[in-house]
Amino acid sequence: MKLALQRCCTTPIFLKQYETSTDAILERLGVQLTDKALNCCGYPLKNYNYKAHVIASARNLSIAEERKVNIMTFCNCCYGTLKEVNQRLRADRTLSAEINGKLEKEALKYEGGVEIRHIMEVFYDDLGPERIRENIVKKFRGLKVAVHYGCHILRPRDLVQFKGPGTAAVFDDLVAMTGADLVPWHLQSECCGSAMWGIDDDLSAELTRKKIENARASGADYLCLACSYCHVQFDRVQKRLLDEGRITEPMPTILFTQLLGLSMGIDPNILGIWKNQIDISPILDCID
Amino acid sequence: MIFNISLYLSLIIFSLGLIFKISTWFRYNFELTTQPFTARERFFAAMGGIVATLFSGKVLILLKSLLLDVFCQRRIMRESRLRWVMHMCMFWGFSLLLLMHALEGMLTSNLFRDYAATLNPFLFLRNFFALLVFVGVGIAFYRRFVQKAPRFSTNVMDRYALILLAVIMISGLFLEAAKIVSFERYSRMVTDYADFDEEQDLKALEALWVKDFGVVSPNLTPPFDKELLTRGHELHEMNCAACHSRPQWAFISYGAATILRPAALPLDRSGLVTLLWTIHFLTCFVGLAYLPFSRLFHILATPLNLLINSVMEKGKSHPANIITLQMMALDACTHCGSCTSRCSLAVVFEEIPNPNILPSEKITSLKALASGKPLNEHQITVIQEGLYLCTNCYRCTTVCPAGINLQELWFDVREAVLKRGYPELLVLTPFSMYRGLLSPTVAKADYHQAQKQPMVGIEAVCSALSDPDDPINPAQMDRDFKKQMLSSAKGSTFSYCFTCITCTSACPVVRNYENPREALGMTPHQIIRTIALGVPDLAFRSRMLWYCLGCYQCQDACPQGVLVTDVLTELKNLAVARIKSQNRRTGERS
Repeated sequence: MKLALQRCCTTPIFLKQYETSTDAILERLGVQLTDKALNCCGYPLKNYNYKAHVIASARNLSIAEERKVNIMTFCNCCYGTLKEVNQRLRADRTLSAEINGKLEKEALKYEGGVEIRHIMEVFYDDLGPERIRENIVKKFRGLKVAVHYGCHILRPRDLVQFKGPGTAAVFDDLVAMTGADLVPWHLQSECCGSAMWGIDDDLSAELTRKKIENARASGADYLCLACSYCHVQFDRVQKRLLDEGRITEPMPTILFTQLLGLSMGIDPNILGIWKNQIDISPILDCID
Repeated sequence: MIFNISLYLSLIIFSLGLIFKISTWFRYNFELTTQPFTARERFFAAMGGIVATLFSGKVLILLKSLLLDVFCQRRIMRESRLRWVMHMCMFWGFSLLLLMHALEGMLTSNLFRDYAATLNPFLFLRNFFALLVFVGVGIAFYRRFVQKAPRFSTNVMDRYALILLAVIMISGLFLEAAKIVSFERYSRMVTDYADFDEEQDLKALEALWVKDFGVVSPNLTPPFDKELLTRGHELHEMNCAACHSRPQWAFISYGAATILRPAALPLDRSGLVTLLWTIHFLTCFVGLAYLPFSRLFHILATPLNLLINSVMEKGKSHPANIITLQMMALDACTHCGSCTSRCSLAVVFEEIPNPNILPSEKITSLKALASGKPLNEHQITVIQEGLYLCTNCYRCTTVCPAGINLQELWFDVREAVLKRGYPELLVLTPFSMYRGLLSPTVAKADYHQAQKQPMVGIEAVCSALSDPDDPINPAQMDRDFKKQMLSSAKGSTFSYCFTCITCTSACPVVRNYENPREALGMTPHQIIRTIALGVPDLAFRSRMLWYCLGCYQCQDACPQGVLVTDVLTELKNLAVARIKSQNRRTGERS
């Protein structure tokens, strides 16, 4: 299987471990990734200039179209943005004609033939749970994990149609396969607070703090997530809040690709276990 | 005479220009109001840094960088093979021509005792180096004018540089060709160097030079008989061979000479050689004098920047040197466009035609800012917008062949420009996440000031109604606004609202405050109501609108199918468009 990876713009500086762990797992699972030509999905522009946000996504969609591959994202915001633009352009002929007029300069054309896959969907729907289970060589024991869904993987419901908590929860199933114990917590589908970081840091910090405390009160040792914005928030920003004394105890956060990678027996160095700001290395003791 | 005068004149201009340009590295600054270091302090910090580096182990890093970055240009290689070939050809071709040919009096003739410009290997090498330059310039022309990637711009400076190079190269090539066919040159050499004067001998030598050396003679035309040529050859060996290899070795010029041949005699008599020589040296001198002020200055600034970058690091090096390096980096930019071709947001330029979005064009504005050029409010806010429209993905910095730390440059200049106090609406978007993560490196007051400015700016423009508790005068209702929202597929869903407050109850931002009205101005369901009432200013002014996380809880919870989050997004877009156009009008006047 071949996919175009929409690398999120936050990863090169802040989250190299998300890239290396994703690359390592997908290589093991036989998925080929291409990414060089893709640009920002347009997410940060949505409130400022909607059309600019559309053309950013449209360009990526048309490049994938030209190469006849689907796009995979490992960030909820990229996922939601690409999906929304794809839906909008499929429905709105006037807008897609206008955007195509501009993409023509690069000999690109949006035709609506590409699907957007969240990395969770690639694991669960495209590769299938069997394939993942076959590749798991080590299991976690006594590890309590709170699965953090976040926003754009679940909402707006009509658009994303992702199997979220309460129904056949894809993310929960995948985490359970690694042997980790799932901890139910009621704020798992709320915003991580990242959207306000840099705009109103107090609001952002408060949203993050509430989630961390809820997860801890529910008995979790780790948060597990699959979104670059959420991870930057729960790792880097949490570190800042700890340093400032706004949170007293750390809640370590592991990327799903790191968690799965460990249970697939991939070298923790490649998974960037020591690259997280809040130490997650004790997790290595919980593995068989 | 003209040669000497123009040489010294150009050398003087070049030296003064060089001193001026280098002085700007120490004088210029992005923060015009608060200069942390004086030019003097920066100069001495730089000298100190250079001495400390040269007497440390870092010399090895410098040498490695010289070899790989400067001589082998590995950064260009990583970016594109075609461009690497182009640049290696120009760099090496031009440098070697400069050393071997232009500086022959100083270098080559001292290194090689029997040097003559018309002798091999020099004769051949000159043409070979020229070939390299021609290949390089050819690829450059192709890239800029034929291939033309989208958003790849060619400015006046790029054109001047290419034209100047082309004139120098072509005049030199035809100068050599004109000398090959010139009978006047041939006669002068015979007068100066021949140690015989019998008419038959003179004829013999001339015949040989017409036949083998491409001279076009008014007296003789081939074919010549064998004996005459044999005698000519003997004379050539005795008198000429020490300084002359066969001109065919000058393979490019010899080809050009073939083109000149039919008209060689009249051209020669009218002084073509002198004319071409004058053009050749004058353009070289113009190039030399213009170099510090042109794009070609990168010949000096870029290698220097690559070398210095290899041994400097923010946080470890003297902060004064970081500023100096950034000023130098502006001169090291070659406007090659690599950054723009890989920029994560470049495509957005198609919708927001602000050239400052494109990294390669930002540099031009940065130069204006650094030099303290007076700019009006509108010009500054345009630059500010371009600087903020950056996802901080680091790609520009990774690909820059000149090794400029563009990422760091954008961040520092962005902060310096924000200090001027013009509201930046983009601060209210997720582009601010990066700024938030780097906030410990920014002065606290400056950081919060830039966060507060946009709301102040919005309140200044959207002032038709300011207090939600004030009675609404029907004259204040904007019916067009309501119609505009009704015409949009998603926006029109506001009309389904029956004010059940589910959206407000679902909102995590509202839940965060004890007194949401006070903290946020309005709550989501009230914002939806402002549309039906036609009072957008109330919505635009409310913090709730801009603090919306876009998490879609309200939208998924709405029992009426109002696309609450999407409606809020549309409102924000309308507000931005209105405020931007209003600010543009006032900004241009200032």
